[in-house]
Amino acid sequence: MKAWDAIIIGGGHNGLVNACYLQRAGLDVLVVEKNDWVGGAATSRELTPGFLYSNCSYVCSLFRPEIMRDLGLPRFGLQVISYEGGAVFTRDGDYLANYRDHDAHRREFARFSKRDAEAYDRYARDVTRQCRFIQPLLMRTAPDPTSLRPRDLGELLYLGKKFAGLSAEEMALTLRFWTMSISDFLDEYFETDVIKANFALSGIIGTALGPMSPGTAYVLLHHYMGEVDGSVGAWGYARGGMGAVTKALAASFKASGGTIRTGAEVDHVLVNRGKAKGVVLAGGEEIYGKLVVSNADVKRTFLKLVEEKELPDIFLRRVKNFKIRGSSGKVNIALDSLPEFPALPKDSPVYRGDMHFTDSMERMERAYDDWKAGRWSADPFLDMVIPTTLDPTMAPPGKHFMSCFVQYAPPKIAGREWTDADRDGFAESVVAQIAEYSPGFRERIVHIEVRTPREIEAEVGLTEGNIFQGELTFDQLLFNRPVPGYAQYRSPLSGLYMCGSSTHPGGGVMGAPGRNAAAEILRDLAKSTSHMSPAHDVI
Amino acid sequence: MTSQLDNAVRTLAQSHFRTLRIGTPFQPRIDALAKTQDWYNWAGYRAPHSLWDEELEYFAVRSQAALFDISPMTKYRIEGPDAEAFLDHVTLRDVTKLRPGRVHYTAWCDDEGFVLDDGTLFRLSPTRFRLCSQERHLPWLLDSALGFDVIVEEETEAVAGLALQGPTAFAVLRDAGFAGVEKLKIFDLAEFPHDDGTATISRTGFTGDLGYELFVPADKALSLWDRSMAAGELRGIRAIGYTALNRARLEAGLIVANADFTTAEHAIRADRRRMPDEIGLGFMIDLEKGHFNGRRAILEARAKRKLRHVLVGLEIEGNIPAEHAIVYHKKSKDVGLVSAAMWSPMAKRNIAIASLTRPYGDTVVEDLWVEIYAMRELQYQKLMKRAKVVARPFIKLDRRTANPPSDF
Repeated sequence: MKAWDAIIIGGGHNGLVNACYLQRAGLDVLVVEKNDWVGGAATSRELTPGFLYSNCSYVCSLFRPEIMRDLGLPRFGLQVISYEGGAVFTRDGDYLANYRDHDAHRREFARFSKRDAEAYDRYARDVTRQCRFIQPLLMRTAPDPTSLRPRDLGELLYLGKKFAGLSAEEMALTLRFWTMSISDFLDEYFETDVIKANFALSGIIGTALGPMSPGTAYVLLHHYMGEVDGSVGAWGYARGGMGAVTKALAASFKASGGTIRTGAEVDHVLVNRGKAKGVVLAGGEEIYGKLVVSNADVKRTFLKLVEEKELPDIFLRRVKNFKIRGSSGKVNIALDSLPEFPALPKDSPVYRGDMHFTDSMERMERAYDDWKAGRWSADPFLDMVIPTTLDPTMAPPGKHFMSCFVQYAPPKIAGREWTDADRDGFAESVVAQIAEYSPGFRERIVHIEVRTPREIEAEVGLTEGNIFQGELTFDQLLFNRPVPGYAQYRSPLSGLYMCGSSTHPGGGVMGAPGRNAAAEILRDLAKSTSHMSPAHDVI
Repeated sequence: MTSQLDNAVRTLAQSHFRTLRIGTPFQPRIDALAKTQDWYNWAGYRAPHSLWDEELEYFAVRSQAALFDISPMTKYRIEGPDAEAFLDHVTLRDVTKLRPGRVHYTAWCDDEGFVLDDGTLFRLSPTRFRLCSQERHLPWLLDSALGFDVIVEEETEAVAGLALQGPTAFAVLRDAGFAGVEKLKIFDLAEFPHDDGTATISRTGFTGDLGYELFVPADKALSLWDRSMAAGELRGIRAIGYTALNRARLEAGLIVANADFTTAEHAIRADRRRMPDEIGLGFMIDLEKGHFNGRRAILEARAKRKLRHVLVGLEIEGNIPAEHAIVYHKKSKDVGLVSAAMWSPMAKRNIAIASLTRPYGDTVVEDLWVEIYAMRELQYQKLMKRAKVVARPFIKLDRRTANPPSDF
């Protein structure tokens, strides 16, 4: 019976990136995907005629350009378009906008505080400095600090040198960034609540923490270290929805000779004497592979796909304790016309950016209080975009697709499973909030897709619906991601690797975990990695 | 009613996104003269690179009188019983020695002694100052004001500014009826009646020439422009853009923040920050006056010889401007970078400002070269030219300081 060189469990973006690099290294690679489509959390499905959604992830910045280039993704249709800015609507009928133009941005902030308007440069400088420190680490395997192997020592030295290269002030800032709450961090720069709320959002997205929880400052950084074609910190829409990313990856993979099987759910990994031998599908079919790479999160991989008896106890305990808490949901809406927001001038570029309604830190923290109590937030915070203002491919002319990322949504409702009624209540909290700022909004709705952690876990396979496959707090980063001793994409089982966002450098549609895992696998196989570009220089 | 009015005010304030480069209070006059339509972005304002001919605009500065709109310059009003003590604490020079009615060129540093900006400090009264600079510093100034009885207010848009520079500048102002303007010595300032209000005129400028700077509330800007232009008609007054001014300032040996050095609050790369001694501003440091921000770091850097850079004037052989050329020692060792360069019509020399790594430019000044990449019809002509460290300013004009000022 055929044995593939490598079987990738899960056709998400990292699984596909990994598959592409392995196939291009000459391996015979099979991707097995439980859904009838690939993409994982980067999909664009047509759930109502004429409308393409970004069903889960919805904006793009982190996806590494080195990977786009290596895998020829533009040729397979990937195009990322920077968007124009955004705004927070305030409850008094005004808004605070973010503009791409530096001076417009300053003048806008000056409407609220002249001081904060001028403080933005300082803030941007500090964030940029930290991004420059972290960016080169994304495309490197985190060193094992306990290892004496020359490679680990070399990587540790690299980290140490980079850190030592910082000024005293920057070092202090780095440590603060990794440990502070986003609220405390922003207090150091800004005095105006709405301006803080505007920035704080990036600190809690996808994280089961509130803006006042320590560790959230790093999450903000994680959202700034991406780029759109060299414009660091910029975010854009993938033309055709985020599914365009995985569509291009799948096409690239197939063009290089790879094989994808959809509708093929893995029941468990075949293990023989501590070595992975292949996978068994839900229907019982056995597929053999010389090695198996899991794109699933670390909990799903080791608590569901591998029998507990095959794994060391401490490892297992750490996997169980890995924080991968559900905190968010998604509401995707097809609209028969562009919603109006009376607070916004009709010609405002904000329509083409991301919009929020949470105008104070307290509201944001209170939304988190609901999560702690096991409820979805009565007054949730939304990250709302209308990609069809820039992307003509996702809806018929004049009609629009609106994506609402919603926080907070707990993995369970007061300890029990979500019900359909809960789901509808959750959706209503979102629609009601938008309608408050946009009269006639409900009437424009053609179709609505609601995804609580329940739906996300069931469809995409993300444990608890956590979008990052594990929270991005410092205790779960670098050589601690996902668990100490196994941060280099290998697992306790020989032949079983991890390539999902549970691994370094973490979540977001970045592709770096998939790429880095491929590099480690090829190293183990003593194969060339010359087809993998090194990280772009940060000069 | 009130809420309708509030809404109207809010709508107006929101509308700035429609005009990304706003005009200054002088814009109607400048637009009317802008034959080249050659604009650049000066701190969010639509400012002219040139208006009619950048070469000839320069000669207007040196031969007649040139009017240059300096409204986009950042301006702060600093006022209160502790204003003097506050500014003494913030800036390098001794502000207690700055009498009311005087202006001085100064700079200010962060705690580590790195320069945040340079600028001019106008003492309008015993308790009122105006600080003008390239970059914005409101958070810095407000944070530094802790414990001082002082108000710091940003007034960039509220105050319009004009530089009137050139040999006939004085005659223009006298003919415009600013009685007593002849009494202004270099770095003096005084208030003059203008259009039912007051114009503050100082004998200052950025050209190394005879010249003045005039400040009025924004709503008096056009009358000030018209008054100056009318009086200057027979004395060759011309409006100019930044290219001409930039040439004049280079001849005067003056530096521009974020062109000749990187300001500490904007430096992404920590090694780009500079101490005053590293950009030729060491002369401002007054160690006698007591504590000021950055003092300890500056003292330590001097004592431990930690000053790594030096900013120098260069005279380069030939006449090809060496803009952004690399400076070499013995034609091989990279020791610095030219930040501004030009052929000087007044000095008839090829001049430049460069930042070098010590000891080059400091104790080692022999055998310095610049490598000029001159693009000519799609080909680089690479030239290695000898550079000599020379004192700044590159030109010294007696008329700049002459008392009484002359008519031309």
